[in-house]
Amino acid sequence: MLNWAFIAEKAPAYVKAAGLTLKLAGAGIALSLVLGLLCALALYYRVPVLRRAVAAYIELSRNTPLLIQLFFLYFGLPKLGVMLSSWTCALIGLTFLGGSYMAEAFRGGLDSVSKAQIEAGLSIGMRSLALARHVALPQAFLVALPGLCANSVFLIKETSIVSIVALPDLMFVARELIGLYYNTVEALGMLVFAYVVILLPVSWAFRSLERRFRYAQLGT
Amino acid sequence: MLSSGLRVFFEGRNMARLMAGLLVTLKIALISIAICFLAGLLAGLLMTSKRPAVRAAMRVYLESVRIVPVLVWLFLVFFGVTRAWGLNLSGELAAVLVFVFWGTAEMGDIVRGAIQSLPVHQRQSGMALGLTEAQIYRHVVAPQILRRLLPASINLATRMVKTTSLVVFVGVTEVVKTGQQIIEFSNSKNPAAAFWIYGLIFILYFLVCYPISLLSRRLEKVWAY
Repeated sequence: MLNWAFIAEKAPAYVKAAGLTLKLAGAGIALSLVLGLLCALALYYRVPVLRRAVAAYIELSRNTPLLIQLFFLYFGLPKLGVMLSSWTCALIGLTFLGGSYMAEAFRGGLDSVSKAQIEAGLSIGMRSLALARHVALPQAFLVALPGLCANSVFLIKETSIVSIVALPDLMFVARELIGLYYNTVEALGMLVFAYVVILLPVSWAFRSLERRFRYAQLGT
Repeated sequence: MLSSGLRVFFEGRNMARLMAGLLVTLKIALISIAICFLAGLLAGLLMTSKRPAVRAAMRVYLESVRIVPVLVWLFLVFFGVTRAWGLNLSGELAAVLVFVFWGTAEMGDIVRGAIQSLPVHQRQSGMALGLTEAQIYRHVVAPQILRRLLPASINLATRMVKTTSLVVFVGVTEVVKTGQQIIEFSNSKNPAAAFWIYGLIFILYFLVCYPISLLSRRLEKVWAY
């Protein structure tokens, strides 16, 4: 039988940990979006040297696990004299990973904007900045939206490994309770429950967002 | 001091041990990928089944796999199942079980997408010719979806290789664990070892995953239509 007294006693620890998970995921997603957009624009406008650097970054980030990235940041870099706090490590790791995924989503969106649209903008005398802001980006964003949402859910789930850099997230609390009290079933049950409570509303919200914008066809 | 830390690779059998650790990682990944790809084909067929109940059941399976991080599934199986039913699973076995459970759902979704991307008239033409359901799958559906499937499923394979890094959480002595042992052992005489070992593991993962990603992209370009 489940030990309900134990669950009631430890629930606040999960709530607190869920707060950290959410805060980290939120910050990571926001920074990833910014980094991803910048990278996608560098690729789209074929900025000379930057374009190569961005392409290399995307390959490096997409083909290595976050866990190894975090190990390197947290345990490897201090040997170079670069000391980062757990929080900073996790945020850098998450952004390093998420940036490339978001960049690919944005790039897919930008590529889908037809050349005719850009030419039409140019022919009425729009400058490239205005073109990006009023023509390319709004359309690209709509196409990229499902990808951006999927990546955000992916990043929330990826935060589950930050306990290895000593951040007290949901996984950390569950591991600690298993280690200390051996109430494995309760600890894991609350862990699953916490993730479902976080991810279910998020994925519903994203789905309705996608549905809202699915039929927004802006010129073709 | 940092560059002198490089010697950690050449001391004892360190390099050979790291490679052996990498092989453990790859073995788990390859076994899981092989099973997932076969089971995923079946799952994909079930996801496009004519029976609503089967489709609904598969939907519940896919969504419940996706709603929780893979690491949580790994903990559930490794710590939860052992505790609840008194079974004793090794870390490797728990990892393969979880990766198969997760990968089959993802692979099934890819297969479903490929089947549904086939124009309806293909299947209807088959029926008009008097082919049976099995013949339609064998001669009409299968040859066409296998091509559409490949880029996405190879992509899934890289994801699975990357996810294999999680097995260090359930006590499998793979590449990261071996690296940690080497770092701990040489910490007093060679404090920079952590930088080099984790750096090398980072590069090793890249060297495994990058060619697979390249292959996927190449196929996507060649077979795009």
